[in-house]
Amino acid sequence: MNRFSYARPTDVAEAVREVGSDPSARFIAGGTNLIDLMKYNVERPTRLVDITRLPLTTIDKADGGGLRIGALVPNSDLAYDDQVQARYPLLSDAILAGASPQLRNMASTGGNLLQRTRCLYFYDTATPCNKREPGSGCSAIEGVNRIHAILGTSSKCIATHPSDMCVGLAALNAKVHVAGPSGERVIAMADFHRLPGDQPERDTNLGPQELIVAVELPDEDFSKNYSYLKLRDRLSYAFALVSVAAALKIDGGKIAEARMALGGVAHKPWRDTTAEDMLRGKPAEEASFKPVADHILRDARGFGHNDFKIDLARRAIVRALSQAAAGTPQTQTDKRIK
Amino acid sequence: MTSNITNLDGKRAGRYVGTAQRRIDGRLKVTGGAKYAGEFPTPGLTYGYVVSSEITHGKITRIDASAAEAVPGVIKVFTYKNRPKIASDDKKYQDQTAPPGSPMRPLGDEKIAYAGQPIALVVAETFELARHAATLVHIEYETKPHKTDLEAERSSSYEPKEKRSGIAPPPPPRGDADAAFAKAPVKFENEYRVAVEHHNPMEPHATTVVWHDDGKMTVYDKTQGVQNSQNYVTGIFGLKKDDVRVISPFVGGAFGSGLRPQYQLFLAVMAAMELKRSVRVVLTRDQMFTFTHRPDTIQTLGIGADKDGKLQAIRHDAVAETSTFEDYQEVVVNWSGLLYDCANTKLTYEIAKMNVYTPGDMRAPGATLGVYALEAAMDELAYATGVDPVELRLKNYAEKDQNEDKPFSSKELRACYRQGAERFGWSKRSAEPRSMREGRELIGWGMATGVWEAMMQETSARATLTAGGKLEVAAATADIGTGTYTIMAQIAADELGIPIDDVTVKIGDSSLPKAPVEGGSWAAASTGTAVKAACHKVREKLFNHARKVEGSPLANFGIDRVVFENGRISVSGDPSRFVTLADAMAATGEREISAEETTAPDPETKKKYSGYTHSAIFAEVRVDEELGVIRVTRIVDAVAAGKILNLKTARSQILGGVVFGIGMALHEESLMDKKLGRFMNHNIAEYHIPANADVHDIDVIFVDEQDDKASPIGVKGLGEIGIVGTAAAIANAIFHATGRRIRHLPITIDKVMGAGEDKTPAQAAE
Repeated sequence: MNRFSYARPTDVAEAVREVGSDPSARFIAGGTNLIDLMKYNVERPTRLVDITRLPLTTIDKADGGGLRIGALVPNSDLAYDDQVQARYPLLSDAILAGASPQLRNMASTGGNLLQRTRCLYFYDTATPCNKREPGSGCSAIEGVNRIHAILGTSSKCIATHPSDMCVGLAALNAKVHVAGPSGERVIAMADFHRLPGDQPERDTNLGPQELIVAVELPDEDFSKNYSYLKLRDRLSYAFALVSVAAALKIDGGKIAEARMALGGVAHKPWRDTTAEDMLRGKPAEEASFKPVADHILRDARGFGHNDFKIDLARRAIVRALSQAAAGTPQTQTDKRIK
Repeated sequence: MTSNITNLDGKRAGRYVGTAQRRIDGRLKVTGGAKYAGEFPTPGLTYGYVVSSEITHGKITRIDASAAEAVPGVIKVFTYKNRPKIASDDKKYQDQTAPPGSPMRPLGDEKIAYAGQPIALVVAETFELARHAATLVHIEYETKPHKTDLEAERSSSYEPKEKRSGIAPPPPPRGDADAAFAKAPVKFENEYRVAVEHHNPMEPHATTVVWHDDGKMTVYDKTQGVQNSQNYVTGIFGLKKDDVRVISPFVGGAFGSGLRPQYQLFLAVMAAMELKRSVRVVLTRDQMFTFTHRPDTIQTLGIGADKDGKLQAIRHDAVAETSTFEDYQEVVVNWSGLLYDCANTKLTYEIAKMNVYTPGDMRAPGATLGVYALEAAMDELAYATGVDPVELRLKNYAEKDQNEDKPFSSKELRACYRQGAERFGWSKRSAEPRSMREGRELIGWGMATGVWEAMMQETSARATLTAGGKLEVAAATADIGTGTYTIMAQIAADELGIPIDDVTVKIGDSSLPKAPVEGGSWAAASTGTAVKAACHKVREKLFNHARKVEGSPLANFGIDRVVFENGRISVSGDPSRFVTLADAMAATGEREISAEETTAPDPETKKKYSGYTHSAIFAEVRVDEELGVIRVTRIVDAVAAGKILNLKTARSQILGGVVFGIGMALHEESLMDKKLGRFMNHNIAEYHIPANADVHDIDVIFVDEQDDKASPIGVKGLGEIGIVGTAAAIANAIFHATGRRIRHLPITIDKVMGAGEDKTPAQAAE
């Protein structure tokens, strides 16, 4: 681990000032990912700004009736919050599908958005990786790519975003409130994470000095017909091969509104609003879901080991939508899939 | 001396042996009181961090440690250029369990033979400094093409000329397997693969060397054999036994990874001797993927049978990887000549050199692989002939060891099949694949046989009874989580008729009586027998004194007419006539009575009988075929392993083995990047072992089995048997559920979905 300086500000403006213009300075909250990466010598911050003393720890009613979640709310508090469980159970389930209780206790809401990929090459400094070392090449494209992306990839990078929570947030149309030197701004969840393109080293559209201060959930009700379905290499404590967050509003057996996001398939939570539009007005039944699944995967491309994800994603979309339509969301405790 | 072991009556009833006893070291472990190799504190300790090779094959052309050494707090960077002189003879590096060849010498020279090879050790005042400085060591390499794909190397496989000690080569062909196969009305031949697995014990490999002013060292090492580590170190560095004491009281799992001394031991001792300071080297989780592992092995298995399933021919060929410098060998195919009655067998085993570290023994080495293939093939035969899988095995039951033409010392495998099937409810199975379903899940029931050799090794133990009536038993064996401490205490307490709380057990110290590495499931039989012999000697000595106590009611009795119970020696059948142990001890006038005994298997018995442990494993899986998700919802494992010393630790051993088998069937896989020649998922987030959610009901049955030949105390050992056959039972259950035969483990989502279905030729059976 490299030497670094350390600061522990108590308000947001001070935190933004403390991180300054140094591109290798990092904010640290739960540290569940950053510390690992520092030990691996992948992240080499010269300065750590500890934000755990900032007043960003509450879940409050947002203007407009939604919910404003402070960036420092631990993942477990968020998952088990009464209002979240009642109004946004999809988010609660997505969080509980990920990590372990110990990690969820440490991990913060803002930090979860900034998790870095689990690409095997990103973690191994002996191998080329464009995300870790721009211009060095992508080892995964012709390497071990079982866990890699099938949508939105580039010739520079086929890594995936590992978060479950973000998949739920994307489906729920969340907004990310960030603070920077020139004040606050709001980024739609769909615009927060990036596709790799020519700059795979950039995971998000967050500015270098910007700090996530809150995540806002809009005042919408998807608490009846929803499901978070996660498929992985063991039944718990593994990153998603494919996950689907599905939410429906159903009126007289017909779909009034649909939301869907996929995890484990792209460099960001994969949301395709054209697919959601296709569902509007259709009967809430399996026959309606298959064409939509095909549509979402229309441009999917595998790299060998991960070819199976294309079919798996199709099947997972249909199943998750079926679970949502039936009002029988996938349980995150019993691993049996219905 | 070797004691006469015929008088050690294995059947004598005791208060503790054969019951469920909690671990005597349990409290220490759950309270953190048990210290492991990387935890022993010592003043002035320095920390070594290993630099691992970034290339797979080639050589170092330049190594510049100046930036690392310039970091304040860094003491020295060791490389092949500045390392001290080490032994030049390969024999010095060959430990008790080494295969033939030329063992890897850490920092030996500039050559790189595999990815992750240790090439430098950075020693600093803190671990963090050492780790940081390790990133500053500048290394340039010249790379050569590497061989890391067994499929590509199988054409250059060979039969190892020099055989590995203790590993039986395949038996000679029996009958004419090719002709019998050609004639057989039912036949098929398939290829089976199991992924490379790394042991990944929870505790990483670690060594703390405490340097003493007189130049001696106390070495806390993670090992399955303290004397094996001691011999290795003294041989390489030209030291006397007296200079190095190796201690390893607790081992946080090993599964075979602690059999051979690993490179952190070499590096820590080397650095301590050079710096004349205490040094600790702990490997990172990534580095736990840079040494021993279960070898990649390609198996081809052909079965020929008559229409009723009676075996006519078995052909079983295995090709396994080894390193470029050693010929690792294990018993993979022999099981196919042993387990079933078959007149015609042809079994071959070859190895191929690759740019990997030498593979090694991993829980039930060889059997895990070979028996998986055999038991999957037997399941295929069951479907091809329409004979129930249990019935098929009974039909082909081996009454003797045909490989060696010897009777078994005992074999209650029939009872395993019967009791296991009954507990599982096998008779309710609908034979047809895809015929059982609940909701979206297909249900499958499968079974398999397990087998492992019952071994015993020469081992010494010492027993010391003090005037206060406390007993200490000691041997240089190990407890790698198996329960060795507890069974030693049980045996000792029963032999002298004292409470188990009055027994202290000392193990894991090279200064204790000689014991081999703890492995192969032989520790309970070997150490148990030695402990019993030593305690028996103390018992005899004590009895002689008891007879001499003034007015002793025992004066006219022989030792076979008295019982040792509740701290007393009393006349058998007349508890009112007794001498207390305390009085007997007082009569000796000594502070303690001590005896050290060495026991070894009887060569005549060994020549006449084959000793094996057996099991029958039944598995239920539930498969969501569309999504490829498998749940193993029920396992029944019926085990015949001779005498069970401790029902609780024995059950834990089987539970652990079964969970290991679930991992082998569904999860564990070290993924090799064949272009780079590196294992890539070198952490336990991406190398999956079963989590709690993957493990449901596991029911363990110990079938009654009397054996007075496998070992004098009737014990056969339990460390490996729980894993052998388990993966086959699960794979067979998956076939029963889905009708899909997947012959490449682990069976992951993609394979169940069909996308990654292995392209091996499948003939006849389906």
